[in-house]
Amino acid sequence: MTTTTANFVSAPAAGVIPGDLKAQLRRSQRRKKAFAISLTLPLLVFLLAFFIVPIGALLVRAVENPEVASTLRQTVAVLDTWDRTTAPPEAAYAALIADLSAITEQADAGNLARRLNSEIAGGRSLVMSTFRALPFEANLSPAQVKARMLELDPRWEELGYWQAIAKNGSRWTPDYLLTAVDLKRNVQGDIVQVDPESAAFFNILTRTFSISAVVTLACLLLGYPLAYWLSTLSARQANMLMILVLVPFWTSVLVRSAAWIVLLQNNGLINRALLELGFISQPLPLLFNRLGVIIAMVHILLPFMILPLYSVMKSVPPTYLRAAVSLGSSPLAAFFRVYMPQTYPGMGAGGLLVFILSIGYYVTPALLGGAGDQMLSYYIAQYTNVTVNWGMACALGAVLLSATLVLYAVYRRVVKSELSLG
Amino acid sequence: MKLKPLVAACAALLAVASHAETQLTVVNFGGANGNAQKVAYFGPFEKATGNKVVGVEYNGEQAKIKAMVESKKVTWDLVEVESPDVARGCDEGLFEKLDYSKIGNKADFQPAAIHECGIGTFVWSTVMAYNGDKLKTAPTTWADFWNVKKFPGKRAMRKGARYNVEFALMADGVAVADVYKVLKTKEGADRAFKKLTELKSNIQWWEAGAQPPQFLVAGDVVMTTAYNGRIDAAQREGKNLKITWTGGIYDLDYWVMPKGTPNKDVALKFIAMASGADAQAEYAKNIAYGPTNKKALAKLDAKVLSGLPTAPANAKTALQFNVGFWADQGEALEKRFAAWAAQ
Repeated sequence: MTTTTANFVSAPAAGVIPGDLKAQLRRSQRRKKAFAISLTLPLLVFLLAFFIVPIGALLVRAVENPEVASTLRQTVAVLDTWDRTTAPPEAAYAALIADLSAITEQADAGNLARRLNSEIAGGRSLVMSTFRALPFEANLSPAQVKARMLELDPRWEELGYWQAIAKNGSRWTPDYLLTAVDLKRNVQGDIVQVDPESAAFFNILTRTFSISAVVTLACLLLGYPLAYWLSTLSARQANMLMILVLVPFWTSVLVRSAAWIVLLQNNGLINRALLELGFISQPLPLLFNRLGVIIAMVHILLPFMILPLYSVMKSVPPTYLRAAVSLGSSPLAAFFRVYMPQTYPGMGAGGLLVFILSIGYYVTPALLGGAGDQMLSYYIAQYTNVTVNWGMACALGAVLLSATLVLYAVYRRVVKSELSLG
Repeated sequence: MKLKPLVAACAALLAVASHAETQLTVVNFGGANGNAQKVAYFGPFEKATGNKVVGVEYNGEQAKIKAMVESKKVTWDLVEVESPDVARGCDEGLFEKLDYSKIGNKADFQPAAIHECGIGTFVWSTVMAYNGDKLKTAPTTWADFWNVKKFPGKRAMRKGARYNVEFALMADGVAVADVYKVLKTKEGADRAFKKLTELKSNIQWWEAGAQPPQFLVAGDVVMTTAYNGRIDAAQREGKNLKITWTGGIYDLDYWVMPKGTPNKDVALKFIAMASGADAQAEYAKNIAYGPTNKKALAKLDAKVLSGLPTAPANAKTALQFNVGFWADQGEALEKRFAAWAAQ
């Protein structure tokens, strides 16, 4: 920096041509920029390693489909010319046995079986029992191979299993993503709706968003008056009361969810108090339903609404409200027309924060909700841990991520002008 | 001079460390079952071999094992898994194959306990349970469980399709022997979900095995499905909870070694010890889960025996969980359950 300044000052005296000066200036600025970038480098590396790479891997896994393509090469090649509606050619049977015999690691056969099973229930046992029966006698003709396979398991005559193999012959598949929005590819490869009895994810997605919307709204309705009251108090009083907001904020989500079980259950504090006061004769069903999930989530997420609201309200000068009233506005109208618009950035930030945190909620609905109150994360966890179908888990994750991004984009568009105020 | 004792102490410590016994990480489902394993297996094994056993709890997440094996960083030496996971994990190459010559005589065990990748460690059952203080007439069948006129109130069931579809078919009059035959067909699955729909508004779902006895004690539900060991644990605490064994679904849990565990030999020694008749008898005394080693039965008294899922009176009308069926149909049925729950 010092050298640059020196050059800059001494340049005219030394009679350096302006072009050179410009170059020097540019060079020094480039150096400064490089220095600034190197300062942010640790953060960039961190973001890359713990944010971008995992998300990229998740997205890749949602469309990756290596199991059939890498193990059943010959079969896929034979089935390529098959019309998928008549019986598969005998050559396909022979190719399948050749492919299965070439598998050296049992893990590969297991993964193939799992993949086909998630496509058609029963595929697992069919593939594994055939794999275990190998090798067949040498020098069988394709017709003999077919006969041996049917003798081993007559299900090999059913078209469904062959269609599943043919459909998954390529390394990449849209199937997981389609399933995540209740669509599927039929035998001809056209995209159609799944059967109504197995259409689950659209409902689950709308449920996830509706629960999140209700929670966000409830947080706003409860948080706004409190934040307003806090912002009118003296700093000392506000700090004292803020601790009441922050202490639960610092407590583990799991602990708070469990605490709500104690409060909300049939003979919990709330029901017992209401019963003894004579307001009700039967305990209210507050737990293991939607209501319980929403109550607990609102409580857990409330600080995320109050804190941004409070910080925005603190910056709104109280003189505006007084000015409006002194100019003849009624206090209520002044509040809604003068004060509230100035807090939109806080409402927007708080609402967005609560909503985005809500849609990823897992543990609270799992503990406090019924079978019909689980949000998308629950099913992501189930596919990851129980079914061990990571492609499906990643596809659901990708749907959740894109839905969130779309919502965020919409939000940016709608409240753009207000955001720039804050 | 002051340093000398310190140096000596450090040297001694190093000497101990270099001779340090293996630390074996054994993973189970915790709870009452975990405690029984601690008493019957962990303690005696530490005493007998000088190795240290570290117990870790998990919730059956096979994803953790898969991730460890795939990344070749296996930190779990021995894991208790449920039966569908043994077959699946074995197919997918997640587990070490067992060397039965180092464990014991295969003939001593129940046939279902023997698997190339795992050995059955106990028999447990998902049964109907109720609070003896609150229900004067005992429900005796799954049809009773569905009968909300005779037994008004909520029932608790495990959140998910597994076990519930079987119970639904039994409630609908399907004989125990035919349950999986019926369930295999599309009509059978339809029938099970239709039967579940009848009860839907009266069901309170549980997630963790500890919940059903709590629900019963708190009076939230009149009946529940539950793991029999959890009810047994509550009975030991003096709660008057009762089990109806009719139409219970029994199954085995297995010991498996994740592929690539660095302590394979010690883990195998642990399996051998924990599969012995004495250790299994001690385990069954601590929790009402049946031993897989048939010789252990002779070491148990009549009172303990009568509470086990393997007792003839209890097993008579029970259904053996069909691992093969669930390995094939599990994913489709669970998805259908998710769709059904949303309706």
